[in-house]
Amino acid sequence: MAAQEVAAQPSDTLATLKTESETLKTKLEEERAKLHDVELHQVAEKIEALGQFVMKTRRTLKGHGNKVLCMDWCKDKRRIVSSSQDGKVIVWDAFTTNKEHAVTMPCTWVMACAYAPSGCAVACGGLDNKCSVYPLSLDKNENLAAKKKSVAMHTNYLSACCFTNSDMQILTSSGDGTCALWDVESGQMLQSFHGHAADVLCLDLAPSETGNTFVSGGCDKKACVWDMRTGQCVQSFETHESDINSVRYYPSGDAFASGSDDATCRLYDLRADREVAIYSKESIIFGASSVDFSLSGRLLFGGYNDYTINVWDVLKGTRVSILFGHENRVSTLRVSPDGTAFCSGSWDHTLRIWA
Amino acid sequence: MSSKMQSSNNIAQARRTVQQLRIEANIERIKVSKASADLMHYCSEHAKYDPLLMGIPTSENPFKDKKPCTIL
Repeated sequence: MAAQEVAAQPSDTLATLKTESETLKTKLEEERAKLHDVELHQVAEKIEALGQFVMKTRRTLKGHGNKVLCMDWCKDKRRIVSSSQDGKVIVWDAFTTNKEHAVTMPCTWVMACAYAPSGCAVACGGLDNKCSVYPLSLDKNENLAAKKKSVAMHTNYLSACCFTNSDMQILTSSGDGTCALWDVESGQMLQSFHGHAADVLCLDLAPSETGNTFVSGGCDKKACVWDMRTGQCVQSFETHESDINSVRYYPSGDAFASGSDDATCRLYDLRADREVAIYSKESIIFGASSVDFSLSGRLLFGGYNDYTINVWDVLKGTRVSILFGHENRVSTLRVSPDGTAFCSGSWDHTLRIWA
Repeated sequence: MSSKMQSSNNIAQARRTVQQLRIEANIERIKVSKASADLMHYCSEHAKYDPLLMGIPTSENPFKDKKPCTIL
């Protein structure tokens, strides 16, 4: 983006640059404030309140020997991949609760896992600082570990990974403070994303209609939106008071939600370029580890470190339900591709399907 | 690291920050009222297709167990 390049001036000193920095930050806040004419929940007052929700655990997936750290749905809406602190990655049929595949990773704390769009492979990684892809074999006896392909290499732990629109590219985020886009076949880094000042903990790809962007959240309390082609950070948001553990796009792609150790979830609208809602209660004092929207975007599900799942009315900002069941922290949560259910994974070693 | 190298790194870092802030300050924005209206519109358009929101009959949700049938 050469147009905006700051030409080096001999008179540039740290002091003048810092002053300009502060001036620009003030300008940014002023520009944002000018358009802050109303609150989302005020505009939403005129719509009907949601009724009572009855959501229960319909399946419990047992088999991990330690904390479940991450999970992802297959596009077929029934298979799930999950990863755990004990190094195991398991592929489940969520309808029957049967385990279809299991892989033991060479490292513990497999913090990230993702299902390939084709359903034919899974990616995972963690303390090994890598993201590896395992093709899934129809032959149950085949040793999956033999076909493993190392794709991404970071200089610190892998915190999240996800395939882009095909099995060919993977996006990763890392404790090394960067995100990167990789070609699966060659293992080559196609683009890197620098801008976070600390560990990046999460990422989410924009829905395909909205183009080539993704959002990331980190220990620097910032959420950043990136242009995948240029590597440029195009927008950033810094209103959380602690680490951002989870980010997820609103289904239209015009907004995203975040969950943080500051015990709140927030909604940021990309076109208004600001936070437009905070989902919090005085009684909620534990961090939110994972968030996802229902299909229409009206509900936001948040998994928390106090073992509960809170269900929020996205527009009105109120909590509509609280779900109990897990016996330890909820670490991961995803709604199924057709929105009929959502899955939560926990430090209690289990995954639960709710509907 | 010599102090001269350190200070030039800091300047490079500060220059990058200024560059980034210029980009962010200049993007086009819309009013929150318009953004909110659009979010609400999307929700209402898609509400009827949202199974977790509307609730779907047990018989149509593969995760909700159907009552067993007895063939007499």
